Amino acid sequence: MKLLYFAWLRARIGCAEEEIELAPGVQNVAGLLDWLRSRSEKYAEALQDPSVIRVAVNQDYVGREHPVREGDEIAIFPPVTGG
Amino acid sequence: MIRVQREDFDVGSELERLAARNHRIGGVASFVGLVRDMGRDDRVAALTLEHYPGMTERKLAEIETEAHRRWALDAVLIIHRYGRLEPGDRIVLVATASPHREAALAACHFLIDWLKTDAPFWKSEETPSGERWVEARAQDEAAKQRWHPR
Repeated sequence: MKLLYFAWLRARIGCAEEEIELAPGVQNVAGLLDWLRSRSEKYAEALQDPSVIRVAVNQDYVGREHPVREGDEIAIFPPVTGG
Repeated sequence: MIRVQREDFDVGSELERLAARNHRIGGVASFVGLVRDMGRDDRVAALTLEHYPGMTERKLAEIETEAHRRWALDAVLIIHRYGRLEPGDRIVLVATASPHREAALAACHFLIDWLKTDAPFWKSEETPSGERWVEARAQDEAAKQRWHPR
């Protein structure tokens, strides 16, 4: 699956996008975020505050229970500040 | 119509084009968002707007569809810029046209409120103490909530 990061999450994680293989047992957004936090200190630090993390699956906002599947485009970013 | 672009736009010619050749239109309402030189607590020399290409256009199109669903509008235009902008530069134009003013004015207000909480754009400010990502404001979410789902 393709992961995209934006704004300060991109800066803290240190990349704009990456291709990952879905880890066994990861079924939804909450599971994916937990798995990412376990990858390294950098991810754990960037993703530590759930209140400022928004997630879009295939370009639609989703909640933490939304399923994730191989082939999804998943974007992780802070609350938006356009306009 | 939705446009996401780096380039500036000319408000006068955009508004003129919006109402051209449709004589049902009795009014055009618009909102232009500009870069301010004051951030939360210090001066802003410039802003850089980042967005999520693909999702941005998709969310703006959804917002446009929702405005059409709620009001009888003859035309909607949303232009949002990205890239580096300086104080006084235009960031966004929202314009709506309808036979009578109420629909155009309300829809324009609705569109800018929804755009601020739903369109995936992020602002980073250049300040004397360095670069800083702008934080979302609770008031923006409250402003959106004014427009109850219908």
